[in-house]
Amino acid sequence: MRNVLAVAGKELRAYFHSPIAYLVMTVYALICGYVFYSSTAFFMARTFQMEAMGGMGAPPLSLNENIIRPILAGVMTVVLLFLIPLITMRLFAEEKRSGTIELLLTSPLTDMEIILGKFLGALALFAVLEVITFIYFAVLFIYGNPNAKPLLAGALGFLLYGAALLALGMWFSTFTKNQIIAGAVGLAVFLLLFLLDWVTAYSSGPVGRVMAYLALTTHFDNFSKGVINLGDLVYYLSVVTFGIFMTARSLEALKGRP
Amino acid sequence: MIEVENLTKRYGPTLAVSDVTFEVQKGEILGFLGPNGAGKTTTMRVITGYLPPSEGRVRVAGYDVVEEPLEAKRRTGYLPESPPVYPDMTVTEYLAFVGRIKGIPRRELKSRLEEVSEKCAVTDVMNRQIGKLSKGYRQRVGLAQALIHNPEVLVLDEPTAGLDPKQIIETRQLIKGLAGRHTVILSTHILPEAAKTCQRVVVINAGKIVAVGTPDELTRRLQGFETILLAVEGPAADVKDKLQRVEGVNLVEPHDTSDGRVTYEVHAEKGKDVRAELARAVVESQWKLYELRTSGLSLEDIFLKLTTKDLSEEN
Repeated sequence: MRNVLAVAGKELRAYFHSPIAYLVMTVYALICGYVFYSSTAFFMARTFQMEAMGGMGAPPLSLNENIIRPILAGVMTVVLLFLIPLITMRLFAEEKRSGTIELLLTSPLTDMEIILGKFLGALALFAVLEVITFIYFAVLFIYGNPNAKPLLAGALGFLLYGAALLALGMWFSTFTKNQIIAGAVGLAVFLLLFLLDWVTAYSSGPVGRVMAYLALTTHFDNFSKGVINLGDLVYYLSVVTFGIFMTARSLEALKGRP
Repeated sequence: MIEVENLTKRYGPTLAVSDVTFEVQKGEILGFLGPNGAGKTTTMRVITGYLPPSEGRVRVAGYDVVEEPLEAKRRTGYLPESPPVYPDMTVTEYLAFVGRIKGIPRRELKSRLEEVSEKCAVTDVMNRQIGKLSKGYRQRVGLAQALIHNPEVLVLDEPTAGLDPKQIIETRQLIKGLAGRHTVILSTHILPEAAKTCQRVVVINAGKIVAVGTPDELTRRLQGFETILLAVEGPAADVKDKLQRVEGVNLVEPHDTSDGRVTYEVHAEKGKDVRAELARAVVESQWKLYELRTSGLSLEDIFLKLTTKDLSEEN
C-alpha cells in the first residue's frame, strides 16, 4: 500500500509540475462555468415567464431536472471523453520514453502496485475536476432548494464514469512511447463509444440494446436521476477492472515474456 | 552474490544472449566487456529483473530473480546506460521517491538521502530540477539512486559514459571504494577503465562469453609467452645479443627511442620469470639500465583478439 501511495503521489506531483493539469482544469472549469451560467440563465428566464403567465397550474421547475442533470449527464460526460485522454496519455508513455520504466520495474514493486499507484494518481486529478463541477451545483443550494440525494448519486456515478475512462486511457498509454499517439487512441476509442450511445437513440431491438450496454455514457443516466442501479455499478467497476487487467497484460508484454 | 547460469535471452527470433554462465563473488568488482550489441545490457537487464530469461537462471544474493523478484530487487541497485530520472522532479524529490519505492523506512529516508547525495557529490543541486542539470550531474544523481538503499549488489551499465575526464576519475574512485562492502558488476567499452577498476573481467561477444579472468590471466592465456620491456643505454647489437643469451629468452626486439636509449621487447617462455637474469646481464656488462617492467597485452589487445575470433579459445 505504501508503494502504491508513493507512486500515486509521484504521479500527482508530476501532473502539477507540467502544464497538463492546469490546462485540463482550466478548460474544464471554463466549459462547466459557461454551461452552468447558460442553463441557470435559461432556467431563470423560464421561471419568470411561467410566473408572469400566472403559473399555468404547473409545479415550479426543478433545479435538478433543468440544471444539474443536463449539465452532468449531457455536457460534462462528453467533455470528459476529450479531456481524460489528455490526463492518461502520459501515464505509461512518458515512462517508456524517458526510460524511467526501467527504474520502476527494477525496484521492489509489483506490477500491480505500479498500475494501481498510477491509476490512483490520475483518479486524484479527476477528483479535482469533480469537485469543481459540484462546487457549481453547491451554489444552487444558496439560492434555491435542489434535491440533495440525486446530487450524491450523481457524484458517485460521475466518479465511476471517470474511473472507467481513466482505466481505459491508462491501458492505451501502454501501447506506445509517444504520448500524442496514446492520447489520440484514447480520443478515438472514446468517441466511438460515445457514438454507440448516440446511435442507440435510433435503433431499438437487440443490436441497439447491446450497443447501449456497451456505451459508457448510457450507464450514467440512472445515476444522474438519483438512482443507484446495481447493474450500472457493476458495469463501471467491470470496465475499471478490465482497464487495469489489460494494463497489467501490456506491462508483461513489455518485459518480453520468455 | 550474482550467479548467472546458462542464461539465454531471445527477443522473438533474435538470440541476444546465449548460454551465458558466470559468477560474481561477494565484494568483487567484475568488469563486463564487449562490443556494442554483444548482449551486455540485456544480461544486466535480466540480472536486475527488468527482463525475464528465456532459459537459464539468475540468482542475486541467493534469490532467484524470477521466483523471488521482490527480494532480489530489494538488494540490487541499478544504473542503466541512461539514468532513469524524472526531469520535472528536483533531486531531493527524486531521491526521496526512489528511497521510498526501494523500501527505505520513513525514519531513515532523510539521513540516507543526505549520505548518498554527499557521496555522489550532488549536494549543490538538491533543489534543482533534474531536467535542468548537466549530463555529469544527472549521471551522479543516477548513481545516487542506485546506492541510496545501500544494496548488496550494484549493476552499473556504462557508469562513466558521457562524463568529462575529471568526473570519470571521480566516479571511478567512487566505484573502487565500493568494493568489499558491495558486489559490483559494471559494463564498459573503456578498456583501461575496466583494467583500473575491476578485479576480474568477463568478455562477451555476440551473446556468448569468450573469456573470464583477471587481466593478467587473460594475457597469459592469449599470449603464450611473457613479455618484458627494458630500456637500456649501450651498444645496440651487443645488448641484443647478451639479452638473447639469457636462459628462457626466445626473442629480443629493439625499438628505437630517443636519447640513445633503446627499448627492448623481450619474449620469454611462458611461466618463466627472467627479469632478474636480464637485469644482471645488463648490469654485469656495465650498461645503464633505465627501465625494466613486465608488459601484458593491453586490455585493448585482449578485447580485439577475443572479439574478432569466431570461436572462443580453449588452451
